[in-house]
Amino acid sequence: MLAKTANGLYWMSRYIERSENTARLLETGLRMALTRIEPSHDEWKSVVETAGVESAYIQMHEEYSAQNVIDFLLRDKSNPSSVMSAIDSARMNARLVRTAITRDVWESINESWLKLKDVLKRPVSDSQLPTILGIIRQQSALIRGSLHGTMLRNETYSFSRLGTFIERADNTARIIDVKYYVLLPSDSYIGSSLDNVQWESILRSVSAHRSYRWFYKADYIPTNIAEFLILNKSMPRSLAFCYDKLNENLNVIGRLHNDQNICQEHSCRILKMLDSHDATSIFTTGLHEFLTNFIDENINLGTKISEQYRFYQ
Amino acid sequence: MPLSLTEIMQNTKINNTDINSDQTKTQFDEMYGTTDSNRLPYDGYNEWFKQQDPKSLKKKSNEAETIFRRSGITFSVHGKNEPTERLIPFDIVPRIISSKEWVALSRGLEQRVTAINSFIHDIYHGQEIIRAGVIPEELIIKNQAYLSKMIGVNPPGDVYTHIAGIDIIRTSENEFFVLEDNVRTPSGVSYMLENRETMMQMFPELFASVRVRSVSDYPKNLCRSLNAVAPPGCQGAPTIAVLTPGIYNSAYFEHAFLADHMGVELVEGSDLRVVNGKIAMRTILGFQTIDILYRRLDDDYLDPLNFNPDSMLGVPGLMDVYKAGNITIANAPGTGIADDKAIYSYMPEIVEFYTGTRPLLNNVPTYRCSETDTLAFVLDNLSDLVVKEVHGSGGYGMLVGPAASKRELSEFSKKLVNKPENYIAQPTLALSTVPILVKSGLAPRHVDLRPFVLMSDKIEITPGGLTRVALKENSLVVNSSQGGGTKDTWVLNE
Repeated sequence: MLAKTANGLYWMSRYIERSENTARLLETGLRMALTRIEPSHDEWKSVVETAGVESAYIQMHEEYSAQNVIDFLLRDKSNPSSVMSAIDSARMNARLVRTAITRDVWESINESWLKLKDVLKRPVSDSQLPTILGIIRQQSALIRGSLHGTMLRNETYSFSRLGTFIERADNTARIIDVKYYVLLPSDSYIGSSLDNVQWESILRSVSAHRSYRWFYKADYIPTNIAEFLILNKSMPRSLAFCYDKLNENLNVIGRLHNDQNICQEHSCRILKMLDSHDATSIFTTGLHEFLTNFIDENINLGTKISEQYRFYQ
Repeated sequence: MPLSLTEIMQNTKINNTDINSDQTKTQFDEMYGTTDSNRLPYDGYNEWFKQQDPKSLKKKSNEAETIFRRSGITFSVHGKNEPTERLIPFDIVPRIISSKEWVALSRGLEQRVTAINSFIHDIYHGQEIIRAGVIPEELIIKNQAYLSKMIGVNPPGDVYTHIAGIDIIRTSENEFFVLEDNVRTPSGVSYMLENRETMMQMFPELFASVRVRSVSDYPKNLCRSLNAVAPPGCQGAPTIAVLTPGIYNSAYFEHAFLADHMGVELVEGSDLRVVNGKIAMRTILGFQTIDILYRRLDDDYLDPLNFNPDSMLGVPGLMDVYKAGNITIANAPGTGIADDKAIYSYMPEIVEFYTGTRPLLNNVPTYRCSETDTLAFVLDNLSDLVVKEVHGSGGYGMLVGPAASKRELSEFSKKLVNKPENYIAQPTLALSTVPILVKSGLAPRHVDLRPFVLMSDKIEITPGGLTRVALKENSLVVNSSQGGGTKDTWVLNE
């Protein structure tokens, strides 16, 4: 496989994942804004922070109003994480690797791009937002379905999976990290109803509020939530799940060569690190420190993949 | 747009008889001829057509557009703003060629392409044609498209024009003319294939009743044809790759399409480098040798060390690998000389010189303004002629006499007198028409045809080709960049 193709597949999937994650963040933001008793822009601010685009946002806007944030995260072309930018980049990469993906995959990405370009032509008001977010979610489900249903399970598929899970791991880690210190400024909040709303929003932003209930059959408890999103291997957006999948796919690619598999070694180490923890030990280490370290290691893996498989040279 | 043809901007009005004495005066329609009853090749289709509900046909027509848009069969248009992607309009009424007509056409094409290949070989070797006084030396030597780096180089199998797209126009029942020989990197073949796919998807019953020759083998044939001219340095089964300038190129869709259908890699210059005297592509497991490069990149950009030093699209050292016999480049560098318009005017002589037989396909009569008597004639008849720049393409710098104002004519006269060798002139021809589907039913529109010819150890011509159609009434401009569309082209089985 051409290194350029591997690179294209990887980024195609990262951007598809990103567009969906950004949409989900907005959904959470909207919900938080609706359930607030007093009007506040804090939630929209934390949405921007979670998306990791704070500095770019500040250059464009002075305050964190719903309208500004929605526009910045949905449509702004100067924001590489906006849904429109992400789907644009996903399609451009899909075009680049057109010969490596099935017609179904290409057409689903192309159709999503056409559809989203159309619905995001004009600024989106709060009242239209739920419908539009629904469309975005539906489109990414179509793309995922065609990838899942039509791609040969070989290294082509694996490179696209690597992109998905590196992006997702990064996203989940950031969501927990941002909420952790933004939402728990002092002990006095803990256990309050406001606190409950905050924690639920974390679960919602990774579509896990229902599955949390199925799994724990109990109220929101910070240690459970952390455990669920970080360590639970049956939860498809948890860090441990992502690293299970990364490992699996690096294995598939590794079978092609006899060289030392630097990437796999690295992902194995991260997985072992996750396995060695439980919620209590994470909180003892410090959740923020733990997550910051994880985010760095995850970025490192991305770099190692691009080096070992010659993405750029 | 990918179909970088010269405009066929001749006016419909038939002009002075002294220029076109043997030209048909009435419009020739391929479905109806010059009468009201349809021509034989269209019998089967018309039988089917009569039973169709016009409304449902219109619906099918919109459906076709959706199919094309969804599959991203687009070409990029680069304007002042960001690049946009456009669809080439597709008309659902096929253009039909009888098997007898096709046999005659393909014989002519085979003869012409054989001659062109021999001509290119000759001008980079012994130059017999110059010594025989058939073509003036300076026309070759001073030509921008003549690559001195190709002198004495022997391409594998002595094949230069692996893929040729010969543009044909028709003016009457029995008259076909070659308008242009595209032997650099002819495009449009993906539309030929996709048009057929779309038609078969929409009208399966039609293909059950009318027996149409298949075009779907083209990618397989192209693969076979290229494999047959692997370089001498190739060991084992040859590896083919398609070289594209990248995703921003207007014909990128076609490049990806061909690589995909041939099952080979689509590479850019940045994926390639010279490794141990061979061209290799960067894969996830290191560099892998390529033996045959189907390039969709102009000569000038191929190799910054040997040609344009500013090119970022090519591969430094490619020409040296080529000369050492370690890679096949298709089409060979330097073929552009044969689609030069000044050379075109000599094509009947070229065909006769190399094949020893009279040309089976006619040239459009072409006046070389470099010749003093001819220049005087062209100046006298300027308002009836189409004048083209010798090296121009895409319709730039040309004059359409019948459509030009007095001022334009006098300004162009000055240009002609100043630099006559830069121009050729042609009469305006009445292109045949084929009906398209419009609101009120069927209406005739002008068409041309680009069949694709593959050459290696043998010559293969896919039955059909790309039919381009001017969608505006009376317009002779079939270029998709100017509102032209395409049709599926059928060659009937016996």
